Amino acid sequence: MLAIIGAGPAGLAAALEAHKEGIKDIVIFERAKEPGGILLQCIHTGFGLHYFNEEISGPEYAARFSEAIKDTDIKLICDTMVTSISKDLEIIAMNKKDGLMKFKADAIILAMGCRERPRGALNIYGTRPSGIMTAGAAQEYINIKGYMPGKKCVILGSGDIGLIMARRMTLEGAKVEAVCELLPFSGGLKRNIVQCLDDYGIPLRLSTTVVCVHGKERLEGVTIAKVDDKLQPIPDTEEYIECDTLLLSVGLIPENELSQLAGIKIDPVTKGPVVSDTRETSISGIFACGNVLQVHDLVDFVTLESQVAGKAAAEFIKNRNLKNEFAKVVPGERVRYIVPQKVSLPVTEELTFYFRVTNEFDNMIVSLSVNDKEIYSKKKRKLAPGEMENLKIKTELFENLTSDDVIEIKVKEK
Amino acid sequence: MKKIDLTCVVCPFGCLMQIELDDNDKIISVTGNTCKRGETYAENEITDPRRNICSTVRIEGSKVHNVVPVKTSSEIPKDKIFECMKEINKVVAKVPVKIGDVLISNVLGTKVDIVATNNVLD
Repeated sequence: MLAIIGAGPAGLAAALEAHKEGIKDIVIFERAKEPGGILLQCIHTGFGLHYFNEEISGPEYAARFSEAIKDTDIKLICDTMVTSISKDLEIIAMNKKDGLMKFKADAIILAMGCRERPRGALNIYGTRPSGIMTAGAAQEYINIKGYMPGKKCVILGSGDIGLIMARRMTLEGAKVEAVCELLPFSGGLKRNIVQCLDDYGIPLRLSTTVVCVHGKERLEGVTIAKVDDKLQPIPDTEEYIECDTLLLSVGLIPENELSQLAGIKIDPVTKGPVVSDTRETSISGIFACGNVLQVHDLVDFVTLESQVAGKAAAEFIKNRNLKNEFAKVVPGERVRYIVPQKVSLPVTEELTFYFRVTNEFDNMIVSLSVNDKEIYSKKKRKLAPGEMENLKIKTELFENLTSDDVIEIKVKEK
Repeated sequence: MKKIDLTCVVCPFGCLMQIELDDNDKIISVTGNTCKRGETYAENEITDPRRNICSTVRIEGSKVHNVVPVKTSSEIPKDKIFECMKEINKVVAKVPVKIGDVLISNVLGTKVDIVATNNVLD
């Protein structure tokens, strides 16, 4: 049995790919009532441009995969929570109907996605009124449950979810007073700044954060302040904004409690498992893909990554030909992280490396080297931390690679 | 003659374009775009700016869902966005609804439909 944990875009794509590769016994565990994951509440369009060559909404993107699953014998168990996995590929799950269940899998694919950083992670000073929530929670209230969480709103964090929610709140009649961003630049896509903020006259306040929240039962207002280049609030720049809602869009963290329980090695930068090019984790037979592995900007890349994991898991079940020699992949100058973190040997297919840079850069060269010898380089007009980059490397460039070799990707000046 | 900066919203690349306009607001030149679609976007943005909108419509008869997500079948004039939201918020759908079902046809006489973007079958 191939067990897949999570029926979001990652789990669905991995399941379909493994099925295509001839695996018959596939079970997907999903804690929600239906498949689709977070896409179901992302009702805006902008998904599918790379994968389907058209722009569709989140629910439509999810439906293309969940409908395809219906035509197969892939088993989807919803409303069910996986509570542990072990290194022997044992899974414990539970739901109201069947109680506790134990399964023994031949391979596991982790596709649990990620979670938003909550207020507690920010240490904002002040009271504990209602009306402070993550942008994703507000998105669920509006787009799934069908009610508005507030009327006058400040958004902290200008990642794409924050920007999308600024527009959504405005369309439904709320007033968005400001979107505040701690950094001197927005992590969101330029098109979202135009379509979600500029179109509606919502101010984007860069290098600004919320330093205090006010209100007893319900949020009454927030104090914002400018920050210096060390991201510390600057005295006497405080400003009070009256509002009843504060949305937090301050980062996503891969949801790896299950992975850690099993003893899977986690990358401290991505907060996801350390994986090889087949997306196999440090435990043989357990694979990971999608936002549980690294937080993506575009679901299209989640799909592609999950197909890699699905195919590899199928291969693992069919042939058991374990690759256990790896070359290390390390981030070099101006690169924050790279996935995969290692490459299994020998290299038999074209490899794609996904990475993020440390800052915004213009007109640079992305360079890949083996033991400090450059074997590939590519010019890049624009690089930003908010946009995941990828580098495709042909098989022949990795001929004769050994486990002593170190692959490095860096960004250098022209 | 005047010059304006415009960020293209056609794809996630978001090219920053410079548009030169003559005294009648006709485009003389577009630079900074990396593909043809940028030019078309600039032309439309100057003469008839349009946007897609996405929202939700109430749904009756479902055990799980209170709302069904919808989108405009193509772009509507930017200045009609809020009027269009009012129309969307007036409608109540009934199960079953399938992706692509038209919930409002020819909204505000724009020849654009409001269509469902999820399946709500029960």
